[in-house]
Amino acid sequence: MSVMDEYNFAYIDEQTKRMIRRAILKGLAVPGYQVPFASREMPMPYGWGTGGVQVSAAALTPDDRLKVIDQGADDTTNAVSIRKFFERTAGVATTEETSEATIIQTRHRIPEVELTEDQILVYQVPIPEPLRFLEPRETETRKMHSLEEYGLMHVKLYEDISRHGNIATAFAYPVMVNDRYVMDPSPIPKFDNPKMEMAAVQLFGAGREQRIYAVPPWTKVVSLDFEDYPFDPSKADHPCDLCGAEDSYLDEVILDDAGNRMFVCSDTDYCRSRREAGHEGRLAAETMA
Amino acid sequence: MTPLLQVRDVAKFYGGRIGCTGVSFDLYPGEVMGIVGESGSGKSTLLNCLAGHLPPDDGQVIFDTRADGPVDTVTMSEPARRMLGRTDWAFVHQHAREGLRMGVSAGGNIGERLMAVGARHYGDIRHSAEDWLGRVEIDTGRIDDRPTQFSGGMQQRLQIARNLVTGPRLVFMDEPTGGLDVSVQARLLDLLRGLVREMGLSALIVTHDLAVVRLLADRLMVMKDGHVVETGLTDQVLDDPQHGYTQLLVSSVLQV
Repeated sequence: MSVMDEYNFAYIDEQTKRMIRRAILKGLAVPGYQVPFASREMPMPYGWGTGGVQVSAAALTPDDRLKVIDQGADDTTNAVSIRKFFERTAGVATTEETSEATIIQTRHRIPEVELTEDQILVYQVPIPEPLRFLEPRETETRKMHSLEEYGLMHVKLYEDISRHGNIATAFAYPVMVNDRYVMDPSPIPKFDNPKMEMAAVQLFGAGREQRIYAVPPWTKVVSLDFEDYPFDPSKADHPCDLCGAEDSYLDEVILDDAGNRMFVCSDTDYCRSRREAGHEGRLAAETMA
Repeated sequence: MTPLLQVRDVAKFYGGRIGCTGVSFDLYPGEVMGIVGESGSGKSTLLNCLAGHLPPDDGQVIFDTRADGPVDTVTMSEPARRMLGRTDWAFVHQHAREGLRMGVSAGGNIGERLMAVGARHYGDIRHSAEDWLGRVEIDTGRIDDRPTQFSGGMQQRLQIARNLVTGPRLVFMDEPTGGLDVSVQARLLDLLRGLVREMGLSALIVTHDLAVVRLLADRLMVMKDGHVVETGLTDQVLDDPQHGYTQLLVSSVLQV
Protein backbone atom coordinates (compact mmCIF):
# COMPACT_ATOMS: atom_id res chain seq x y z
CA MET A 1 0.00 0.00 0.00
CA SER A 2 1.45 3.33 -0.97
CA VAL A 3 1.73 6.37 1.27
CA MET A 4 -0.97 8.20 -0.64
CA ASP A 5 -3.56 5.53 0.14
CA GLU A 6 -3.08 6.02 3.85
CA TYR A 7 -3.21 9.77 4.23
CA ASN A 8 -4.45 12.69 2.23
CA PHE A 9 -1.45 14.67 0.96
CA ALA A 10 0.22 16.31 3.98
CA TYR A 11 -2.24 14.69 6.42
CA ILE A 12 -4.91 17.43 6.45
CA ASP A 13 -8.01 17.11 4.26
CA GLU A 14 -8.39 19.47 1.29
CA GLN A 15 -11.27 21.55 2.70
CA THR A 16 -9.28 22.30 5.83
CA LYS A 17 -6.27 23.26 3.75
CA ARG A 18 -8.44 25.66 1.76
CA MET A 19 -9.65 27.22 5.00
CA ILE A 20 -6.06 27.63 6.22
CA ARG A 21 -4.96 29.07 2.87
CA ARG A 22 -7.73 31.66 3.06
CA ALA A 23 -6.45 32.66 6.50
CA ILE A 24 -2.88 32.84 5.15
CA LEU A 25 -3.94 35.04 2.24
CA LYS A 26 -5.82 37.34 4.58
CA GLY A 27 -2.78 37.48 6.82
CA LEU A 28 -0.57 38.42 3.89
CA ALA A 29 -3.03 41.10 2.82
CA VAL A 30 -2.99 42.67 6.29
CA PRO A 31 0.61 42.22 7.47
CA GLY A 32 0.89 41.54 11.19
CA TYR A 33 -2.87 41.10 11.74
CA GLN A 34 -3.79 37.94 13.64
CA VAL A 35 -6.33 36.01 11.55
CA PRO A 36 -8.46 33.55 13.54
CA PHE A 37 -8.72 30.09 11.99
CA ALA A 38 -10.31 26.80 12.95
CA SER A 39 -7.20 25.02 14.17
CA ARG A 40 -7.47 21.22 13.92
CA GLU A 41 -6.33 18.52 16.25
CA MET A 42 -2.97 17.29 15.00
CA PRO A 43 -1.31 13.99 15.94
CA MET A 44 1.06 15.80 18.29
CA PRO A 45 0.55 17.78 21.48
CA TYR A 46 -0.11 21.52 21.60
CA GLY A 47 3.17 23.34 22.06
CA TRP A 48 4.96 21.03 19.65
CA GLY A 49 4.27 23.08 16.58
CA THR A 50 0.67 22.22 15.68
CA GLY A 51 0.15 25.70 14.23
CA GLY A 52 3.30 25.62 12.15
CA VAL A 53 2.50 22.11 10.92
CA GLN A 54 -0.96 23.15 9.73
CA VAL A 55 0.43 26.17 7.90
CA SER A 56 3.19 24.05 6.34
CA ALA A 57 0.66 21.42 5.29
CA ALA A 58 -1.48 24.06 3.60
CA ALA A 59 1.54 25.55 1.84
CA LEU A 60 3.23 22.30 0.75
CA THR A 61 3.08 21.02 -2.85
CA PRO A 62 4.47 17.64 -3.98
CA ASP A 63 7.45 19.40 -5.61
CA ASP A 64 8.51 21.18 -2.43
CA ARG A 65 11.65 20.45 -0.46
CA LEU A 66 11.10 20.80 3.28
CA LYS A 67 13.55 21.76 6.02
CA VAL A 68 12.55 21.76 9.69
CA ILE A 69 14.60 23.41 12.42
CA ASP A 70 14.18 23.68 16.16
CA GLN A 71 16.26 26.42 17.84
CA GLY A 72 18.32 26.45 14.65
CA ALA A 73 19.11 22.74 14.79
CA ASP A 74 18.00 20.11 12.28
CA ASP A 75 18.62 17.20 14.61
CA THR A 76 16.57 17.87 17.74
CA THR A 77 13.44 15.91 18.67
CA ASN A 78 10.90 18.47 17.49
CA ALA A 79 12.62 19.01 14.13
CA VAL A 80 13.18 15.31 13.47
CA SER A 81 9.58 14.41 14.38
CA ILE A 82 7.98 17.03 12.18
CA ARG A 83 10.31 16.25 9.27
CA LYS A 84 9.41 12.55 9.58
CA PHE A 85 5.74 13.45 9.81
CA PHE A 86 5.78 15.17 6.45
CA GLU A 87 8.04 12.54 4.86
CA ARG A 88 5.44 9.97 5.80
CA THR A 89 2.20 11.88 5.14
CA ALA A 90 3.22 14.02 2.14
CA GLY A 91 6.11 12.08 0.70
CA VAL A 92 7.94 15.34 -0.04
CA ALA A 93 11.71 15.61 -0.28
CA THR A 94 13.47 16.97 2.77
CA THR A 95 16.81 18.61 3.29
CA GLU A 96 18.98 20.10 5.99
CA GLU A 97 20.51 22.70 3.69
CA THR A 98 18.86 26.07 4.03
CA SER A 99 19.49 27.18 0.45
CA GLU A 100 18.07 23.91 -0.96
CA ALA A 101 14.76 24.15 0.89
CA THR A 102 11.61 25.72 -0.55
CA ILE A 103 9.66 25.62 2.72
CA ILE A 104 11.39 25.95 6.09
CA GLN A 105 9.40 25.33 9.24
CA THR A 106 11.16 26.86 12.22
CA ARG A 107 10.88 26.99 15.95
CA HIS A 108 12.61 29.98 17.60
CA ARG A 109 15.20 30.89 14.91
CA ILE A 110 15.69 32.42 11.48
CA PRO A 111 18.44 30.60 9.52
CA GLU A 112 21.76 32.43 9.19
CA VAL A 113 21.87 32.09 5.40
CA GLU A 114 19.88 34.84 3.74
CA LEU A 115 16.58 33.51 2.38
CA THR A 116 15.39 34.11 -1.17
CA GLU A 117 12.06 35.00 -2.76
CA ASP A 118 11.54 31.34 -3.73
CA GLN A 119 11.32 30.32 -0.09
CA ILE A 120 8.64 30.31 2.60
CA LEU A 121 9.53 30.50 6.28
CA VAL A 122 6.89 29.02 8.62
CA TYR A 123 7.13 29.90 12.31
CA GLN A 124 5.69 27.90 15.19
CA VAL A 125 4.07 30.36 17.57
CA PRO A 126 3.14 29.55 21.18
CA ILE A 127 1.43 32.86 22.10
CA PRO A 128 0.57 35.11 19.16
CA GLU A 129 -0.70 38.06 21.20
CA PRO A 130 2.16 40.45 22.07
CA LEU A 131 -0.05 42.28 24.58
CA ARG A 132 -1.17 39.12 26.37
CA PHE A 133 0.86 39.40 29.56
CA LEU A 134 -0.01 43.08 29.90
CA GLU A 135 -3.71 42.86 29.15
CA PRO A 136 -5.35 39.50 29.85
CA ARG A 137 -8.70 40.26 28.14
CA GLU A 138 -8.86 39.11 24.51
CA THR A 139 -11.74 41.52 23.77
CA GLU A 140 -9.59 44.39 25.00
CA THR A 141 -6.41 43.39 23.12
CA ARG A 142 -8.38 43.09 19.89
CA LYS A 143 -9.76 46.56 20.45
CA MET A 144 -6.26 47.86 21.17
CA HIS A 145 -5.00 46.38 17.89
CA SER A 146 -7.91 47.76 15.90
CA LEU A 147 -7.48 51.23 17.38
CA GLU A 148 -3.66 51.13 17.31
CA GLU A 149 -3.41 51.71 21.06
CA TYR A 150 0.08 50.39 21.65
CA GLY A 151 1.29 52.51 24.57
CA LEU A 152 1.11 49.46 26.78
CA MET A 153 3.82 47.70 24.79
CA HIS A 154 6.24 50.44 25.75
CA VAL A 155 5.21 50.08 29.39
CA LYS A 156 6.71 46.59 29.23
CA LEU A 157 9.96 47.95 27.79
CA TYR A 158 9.93 50.73 30.41
CA GLU A 159 9.63 48.10 33.14
CA ASP A 160 12.59 46.26 31.65
CA ILE A 161 14.81 49.32 31.78
CA SER A 162 13.72 50.38 35.25
CA ARG A 163 14.39 46.91 36.60
CA HIS A 164 17.45 45.79 34.65
CA GLY A 165 19.03 48.98 33.34
CA ASN A 166 18.40 48.03 29.72
CA ILE A 167 15.71 46.40 27.61
CA ALA A 168 16.12 42.87 28.95
CA THR A 169 13.61 41.27 26.59
CA ALA A 170 15.90 38.99 24.59
CA PHE A 171 13.41 36.89 22.66
CA ALA A 172 9.87 37.42 21.33
CA TYR A 173 10.88 41.06 21.04
CA PRO A 174 7.82 43.04 19.86
CA VAL A 175 7.90 44.55 16.38
CA MET A 176 5.76 47.05 14.49
CA VAL A 177 4.84 45.64 11.07
CA ASN A 178 4.20 47.94 8.13
CA ASP A 179 3.68 50.92 10.50
CA ARG A 180 0.40 49.44 11.65
CA TYR A 181 0.27 46.25 13.74
CA VAL A 182 2.42 45.36 16.73
CA MET A 183 3.34 41.70 16.31
CA ASP A 184 5.00 38.98 18.34
CA PRO A 185 7.72 37.54 16.08
CA SER A 186 7.42 34.21 17.98
CA PRO A 187 10.21 33.49 20.48
CA ILE A 188 13.10 34.12 18.09
CA PRO A 189 16.13 35.85 19.69
CA LYS A 190 16.09 39.60 19.14
CA PHE A 191 19.31 39.04 17.18
CA ASP A 192 17.06 37.72 14.39
CA ASN A 193 14.64 40.67 14.39
CA PRO A 194 16.50 42.77 11.78
CA LYS A 195 16.46 39.77 9.40
CA MET A 196 12.66 39.90 9.23
CA GLU A 197 12.75 42.41 6.39
CA MET A 198 13.58 39.61 3.96
CA ALA A 199 12.86 38.30 0.48
CA ALA A 200 11.04 35.19 1.68
CA VAL A 201 7.38 34.98 2.71
CA GLN A 202 7.02 34.60 6.48
CA LEU A 203 3.98 32.75 7.86
CA PHE A 204 3.18 32.35 11.55
CA GLY A 205 0.92 29.61 12.90
CA ALA A 206 -0.38 29.29 16.46
CA GLY A 207 -2.33 26.05 16.80
CA ARG A 208 -3.59 26.19 20.35
CA GLU A 209 -4.43 29.90 20.12
CA GLN A 210 -5.96 29.42 16.64
CA ARG A 211 -4.29 32.35 14.94
CA ILE A 212 -2.36 32.78 11.69
CA TYR A 213 -0.44 35.90 10.74
CA ALA A 214 2.07 36.78 8.06
CA VAL A 215 4.74 39.16 6.86
CA PRO A 216 5.02 39.52 3.06
CA PRO A 217 8.48 39.92 1.45
CA TRP A 218 10.32 43.18 2.14
CA THR A 219 7.68 44.48 4.53
CA LYS A 220 8.86 47.10 7.00
CA VAL A 221 9.46 45.49 10.39
CA VAL A 222 10.62 47.79 13.18
CA SER A 223 11.63 46.59 16.64
CA LEU A 224 10.10 48.82 19.31
CA ASP A 225 12.47 50.85 21.50
CA PHE A 226 13.04 54.18 23.25
CA GLU A 227 14.92 57.11 21.74
CA ASP A 228 17.52 56.97 24.52
CA TYR A 229 17.53 53.15 24.70
CA PRO A 230 17.68 52.07 21.04
CA PHE A 231 17.06 48.49 19.94
CA ASP A 232 20.19 46.34 20.20
CA PRO A 233 20.20 42.96 18.39
CA SER A 234 22.74 41.45 20.76
CA LYS A 235 24.37 38.00 20.78
CA ALA A 236 27.12 36.34 22.82
CA ASP A 237 30.33 38.32 22.24
CA HIS A 238 32.34 35.35 21.04
CA PRO A 239 33.17 33.48 17.82
CA CYS A 240 31.79 29.96 17.27
CA ASP A 241 34.17 27.41 18.82
CA LEU A 242 33.58 24.92 16.01
CA CYS A 243 33.50 26.96 12.81
CA GLY A 244 34.90 30.28 13.97
CA ALA A 245 31.90 32.30 12.67
CA GLU A 246 31.61 35.73 14.27
CA ASP A 247 28.32 36.74 12.68
CA SER A 248 26.06 33.89 13.80
CA TYR A 249 23.81 33.46 16.83
CA LEU A 250 25.51 31.25 19.42
CA ASP A 251 24.40 28.67 21.99
CA GLU A 252 26.42 28.41 25.17
CA VAL A 253 27.33 24.84 26.15
CA ILE A 254 28.63 24.07 29.64
CA LEU A 255 31.45 21.53 29.29
CA ASP A 256 32.31 20.51 32.85
CA ASP A 257 31.93 21.63 36.45
CA ALA A 258 35.18 23.60 36.35
CA GLY A 259 33.72 26.60 34.55
CA ASN A 260 34.67 25.54 31.01
CA ARG A 261 32.18 26.34 28.31
CA MET A 262 31.97 26.61 24.58
CA PHE A 263 29.94 28.69 22.19
CA VAL A 264 28.56 27.06 19.05
CA CYS A 265 26.35 28.24 16.21
CA SER A 266 22.70 27.52 16.98
CA ASP A 267 22.19 27.06 13.22
CA THR A 268 23.67 23.56 12.76
CA ASP A 269 23.47 23.63 8.96
CA TYR A 270 25.38 26.93 8.82
CA CYS A 271 28.08 25.61 11.19
CA ARG A 272 28.47 22.33 9.30
CA SER A 273 28.74 23.98 5.90
CA ARG A 274 31.39 26.39 7.22
CA ARG A 275 33.43 23.55 8.70
CA GLU A 276 33.17 21.65 5.42
CA ALA A 277 34.52 24.76 3.70
CA GLY A 278 37.57 24.61 5.95
CA HIS A 279 36.75 27.16 8.67
CA GLU A 280 37.92 26.14 12.13
CA GLY A 281 37.12 27.45 15.57
CA ARG A 282 38.96 27.20 18.88
CA LEU A 283 37.78 23.68 19.76
CA ALA A 284 37.34 22.28 16.24
CA ALA A 285 40.30 19.87 16.49
CA GLU A 286 39.12 18.45 19.84
CA THR A 287 35.60 17.64 18.66
CA MET A 288 36.90 15.88 15.58
CA ALA A 289 38.94 13.54 17.76
CA MET B 1 -17.46 81.45 28.05
CA THR B 2 -18.15 78.04 26.53
CA PRO B 3 -18.95 75.37 29.09
CA LEU B 4 -16.38 72.57 29.15
CA LEU B 5 -19.11 69.98 29.48
CA GLN B 6 -22.77 70.35 28.57
CA VAL B 7 -25.03 67.54 29.67
CA ARG B 8 -28.50 67.43 28.14
CA ASP B 9 -31.26 65.05 29.31
CA VAL B 10 -28.97 62.09 29.85
CA ALA B 11 -30.82 58.89 30.69
CA LYS B 12 -29.80 55.31 31.29
CA PHE B 13 -32.17 52.42 31.90
CA TYR B 14 -31.45 48.94 33.12
CA GLY B 15 -34.33 47.13 31.48
CA GLY B 16 -37.45 48.61 33.04
CA ARG B 17 -35.60 50.16 35.95
CA ILE B 18 -34.21 53.67 35.89
CA GLY B 19 -30.45 54.13 36.24
CA CYS B 20 -30.66 57.87 35.91
CA THR B 21 -32.94 60.09 33.85
CA GLY B 22 -33.38 63.67 32.75
CA VAL B 23 -30.00 64.89 33.93
CA SER B 24 -28.90 68.25 32.49
CA PHE B 25 -26.20 70.65 33.61
CA ASP B 26 -23.27 72.74 32.41
CA LEU B 27 -19.76 72.51 33.82
CA TYR B 28 -17.46 75.46 33.20
CA PRO B 29 -13.65 75.35 33.04
CA GLY B 30 -12.08 75.31 36.48
CA GLU B 31 -15.33 74.35 38.17
CA VAL B 32 -15.73 71.42 40.54
CA MET B 33 -19.13 69.85 40.81
CA GLY B 34 -20.18 67.32 43.40
CA ILE B 35 -22.84 64.69 42.86
CA VAL B 36 -24.24 63.30 46.11
CA GLY B 37 -26.92 60.82 46.92
CA GLU B 38 -27.43 57.52 48.67
CA SER B 39 -26.40 54.13 47.28
CA GLY B 40 -28.49 53.25 44.24
CA SER B 41 -29.42 56.84 43.47
CA GLY B 42 -27.80 56.59 40.03
CA LYS B 43 -24.79 58.79 40.64
CA SER B 44 -22.20 56.22 39.55
CA THR B 45 -24.32 55.29 36.54
CA LEU B 46 -24.44 58.95 35.58
CA LEU B 47 -20.67 59.34 35.97
CA ASN B 48 -20.00 56.27 33.85
CA CYS B 49 -22.33 57.56 31.15
CA LEU B 50 -20.58 60.92 31.10
CA ALA B 51 -17.10 59.34 31.02
CA GLY B 52 -17.99 57.08 28.10
CA HIS B 53 -17.81 53.83 30.06
CA LEU B 54 -21.52 53.18 29.61
CA PRO B 55 -23.55 54.17 26.55
CA PRO B 56 -26.45 56.37 27.71
CA ASP B 57 -29.87 55.48 26.30
CA ASP B 58 -30.79 59.08 25.66
CA GLY B 59 -29.37 62.58 25.73
CA GLN B 60 -26.19 64.39 24.79
CA VAL B 61 -22.83 64.83 26.51
CA ILE B 62 -21.12 67.70 24.73
CA PHE B 63 -17.44 68.20 25.52
CA ASP B 64 -15.47 71.25 24.39
CA THR B 65 -12.54 69.52 22.64
CA ARG B 66 -9.25 71.33 22.05
CA ALA B 67 -9.26 70.72 18.32
CA ASP B 68 -12.87 70.83 17.16
CA GLY B 69 -14.76 72.74 19.84
CA PRO B 70 -17.96 71.32 21.36
CA VAL B 71 -18.62 67.72 20.22
CA ASP B 72 -21.22 65.20 21.40
CA THR B 73 -19.13 62.41 22.95
CA VAL B 74 -22.04 59.94 22.84
CA THR B 75 -22.12 59.92 19.04
CA MET B 76 -18.42 60.52 18.35
CA SER B 77 -16.31 57.62 17.04
CA GLU B 78 -14.94 55.16 19.56
CA PRO B 79 -11.26 55.84 18.74
CA ALA B 80 -11.84 59.56 19.31
CA ARG B 81 -13.66 58.88 22.59
CA ARG B 82 -10.90 56.58 23.82
CA MET B 83 -8.33 59.19 22.80
CA LEU B 84 -10.18 61.72 24.98
CA GLY B 85 -10.17 59.13 27.74
CA ARG B 86 -6.40 59.14 27.88
CA THR B 87 -5.66 62.79 27.13
CA ASP B 88 -8.23 65.37 28.19
CA TRP B 89 -10.17 63.17 30.57
CA ALA B 90 -9.13 61.36 33.68
CA PHE B 91 -11.06 58.84 35.72
CA VAL B 92 -10.26 58.15 39.35
CA HIS B 93 -11.84 54.92 40.54
CA GLN B 94 -13.01 54.27 44.08
CA HIS B 95 -10.82 51.20 44.31
CA ALA B 96 -7.28 52.07 43.27
CA ARG B 97 -6.66 48.58 41.96
CA GLU B 98 -9.30 49.10 39.26
CA GLY B 99 -7.45 52.13 37.99
CA LEU B 100 -3.89 50.88 38.40
CA ARG B 101 -1.89 48.12 36.78
CA MET B 102 -0.95 46.14 39.84
CA GLY B 103 1.82 44.19 38.11
CA VAL B 104 3.61 47.29 36.83
CA SER B 105 5.87 49.58 38.88
CA ALA B 106 4.71 52.99 40.09
CA GLY B 107 6.84 54.68 37.43
CA GLY B 108 5.35 52.49 34.70
CA ASN B 109 1.86 53.24 35.93
CA ILE B 110 2.44 56.98 35.71
CA GLY B 111 4.26 56.67 32.38
CA GLU B 112 1.56 54.60 30.67
CA ARG B 113 -0.58 57.55 29.59
CA LEU B 114 2.49 59.41 28.37
CA MET B 115 3.58 56.41 26.29
CA ALA B 116 0.01 55.99 25.05
CA VAL B 117 0.12 59.47 23.52
CA GLY B 118 3.52 58.86 21.93
CA ALA B 119 6.28 59.63 24.47
CA ARG B 120 9.29 57.53 23.44
CA HIS B 121 12.10 58.95 25.55
CA TYR B 122 12.77 56.85 28.66
CA GLY B 123 14.63 59.59 30.52
CA ASP B 124 11.83 62.13 30.01
CA ILE B 125 9.12 59.64 31.01
CA ARG B 126 11.01 58.72 34.17
CA HIS B 127 11.55 62.36 34.98
CA SER B 128 7.81 63.10 34.71
CA ALA B 129 7.07 60.05 36.84
CA GLU B 130 9.42 61.27 39.58
CA ASP B 131 7.96 64.75 39.37
CA TRP B 132 4.42 63.40 39.78
CA LEU B 133 5.33 61.07 42.62
CA GLY B 134 6.65 64.15 44.40
CA ARG B 135 3.49 66.10 43.70
CA VAL B 136 1.28 63.42 45.22
CA GLU B 137 3.65 63.11 48.18
CA ILE B 138 5.06 59.66 47.49
CA ASP B 139 8.78 59.20 48.11
CA THR B 140 10.48 59.18 44.69
CA GLY B 141 12.69 56.31 45.95
CA ARG B 142 9.64 54.07 45.56
CA ILE B 143 9.34 54.66 41.81
CA ASP B 144 10.26 51.06 40.99
CA ASP B 145 8.02 49.48 43.62
CA ARG B 146 4.75 47.90 42.57
CA PRO B 147 1.42 49.26 43.78
CA THR B 148 0.87 46.01 45.67
CA GLN B 149 3.57 47.16 48.06
CA PHE B 150 1.78 50.48 48.68
CA SER B 151 -0.80 51.28 51.34
CA GLY B 152 -4.39 52.05 50.31
CA GLY B 153 -3.86 55.80 50.57
CA MET B 154 -0.67 55.67 48.56
CA GLN B 155 -2.36 53.58 45.89
CA GLN B 156 -5.09 56.18 45.63
CA ARG B 157 -2.53 58.99 45.32
CA LEU B 158 -0.64 56.97 42.71
CA GLN B 159 -3.85 56.56 40.76
CA ILE B 160 -4.36 60.31 40.83
CA ALA B 161 -0.79 60.93 39.63
CA ARG B 162 -1.24 58.41 36.83
CA ASN B 163 -4.38 60.18 35.70
CA LEU B 164 -3.17 63.75 35.89
CA VAL B 165 0.21 63.26 34.21
CA THR B 166 -1.09 64.11 30.73
CA GLY B 167 -2.60 67.36 32.00
CA PRO B 168 -6.29 66.51 31.54
CA ARG B 169 -8.93 69.25 31.66
CA LEU B 170 -11.74 67.19 33.12
CA VAL B 171 -11.45 64.67 35.95
CA PHE B 172 -14.16 62.19 36.86
CA MET B 173 -13.89 60.91 40.41
CA ASP B 174 -15.96 58.06 41.79
CA GLU B 175 -15.80 58.09 45.58
CA PRO B 176 -12.11 59.04 45.62
CA THR B 177 -11.89 58.79 49.40
CA GLY B 178 -14.04 55.70 49.86
CA GLY B 179 -12.51 52.99 51.99
CA LEU B 180 -9.72 55.17 53.39
CA ASP B 181 -9.42 56.03 57.05
CA VAL B 182 -10.20 59.55 58.17
CA SER B 183 -6.70 61.00 58.49
CA VAL B 184 -5.67 59.56 55.11
CA GLN B 185 -8.88 60.96 53.63
CA ALA B 186 -8.01 64.40 54.95
CA ARG B 187 -4.56 64.31 53.37
CA LEU B 188 -5.95 63.10 50.08
CA LEU B 189 -8.60 65.81 50.03
CA ASP B 190 -6.00 68.41 50.81
CA LEU B 191 -3.86 67.12 47.97
CA LEU B 192 -6.78 67.01 45.52
CA ARG B 193 -7.86 70.51 46.43
CA GLY B 194 -4.32 71.77 45.81
CA LEU B 195 -4.03 70.01 42.44
CA VAL B 196 -7.46 71.09 41.25
CA ARG B 197 -6.74 74.75 42.05
CA GLU B 198 -3.16 74.68 40.77
CA MET B 199 -3.94 73.01 37.45
CA GLY B 200 -7.27 74.76 36.94
CA LEU B 201 -9.02 71.40 36.55
CA SER B 202 -12.69 70.88 36.13
CA ALA B 203 -13.94 67.93 38.09
CA LEU B 204 -17.05 65.86 38.66
CA ILE B 205 -16.95 64.15 42.03
CA VAL B 206 -19.39 61.43 42.93
CA THR B 207 -19.58 60.73 46.63
CA HIS B 208 -21.91 60.02 49.50
CA ASP B 209 -19.60 61.85 51.89
CA LEU B 210 -20.83 65.41 52.36
CA ALA B 211 -17.53 66.51 53.91
CA VAL B 212 -15.77 65.73 50.64
CA VAL B 213 -18.03 67.99 48.61
CA ARG B 214 -17.99 70.68 51.25
CA LEU B 215 -14.20 70.86 50.86
CA LEU B 216 -13.84 70.35 47.11
CA ALA B 217 -16.98 71.24 45.22
CA ASP B 218 -18.17 74.63 44.05
CA ARG B 219 -21.57 73.35 43.10
CA LEU B 220 -23.66 70.43 44.20
CA MET B 221 -26.20 68.16 42.58
CA VAL B 222 -28.32 65.90 44.80
CA MET B 223 -29.68 62.71 43.27
CA LYS B 224 -32.43 60.40 44.45
CA ASP B 225 -33.83 57.36 42.61
CA GLY B 226 -32.18 58.37 39.34
CA HIS B 227 -33.50 61.92 39.37
CA VAL B 228 -31.76 65.18 40.24
CA VAL B 229 -33.74 66.62 43.15
CA GLU B 230 -31.72 69.70 43.97
CA THR B 231 -28.85 71.73 42.56
CA GLY B 232 -27.04 74.84 43.72
CA LEU B 233 -23.89 76.24 45.26
CA THR B 234 -22.41 73.79 47.72
CA ASP B 235 -22.73 75.96 50.81
CA GLN B 236 -26.23 77.00 49.83
CA VAL B 237 -27.44 73.44 49.38
CA LEU B 238 -25.78 72.14 52.52
CA ASP B 239 -26.71 75.06 54.78
CA ASP B 240 -30.21 75.65 53.47
CA PRO B 241 -31.51 72.46 51.89
CA GLN B 242 -34.87 72.88 50.18
CA HIS B 243 -35.86 69.38 49.08
CA GLY B 244 -37.03 66.92 51.66
CA TYR B 245 -34.46 64.35 50.74
CA THR B 246 -31.60 66.84 50.89
CA GLN B 247 -32.77 67.91 54.34
CA LEU B 248 -32.73 64.30 55.43
CA LEU B 249 -29.27 63.78 53.92
CA VAL B 250 -27.79 66.84 55.60
CA SER B 251 -29.33 66.04 58.96
CA SER B 252 -28.10 62.45 58.78
CA VAL B 253 -24.48 63.51 59.15
CA LEU B 254 -23.15 62.91 62.64
CA GLN B 255 -21.86 66.06 64.25
CA VAL B 256 -18.70 65.36 66.20
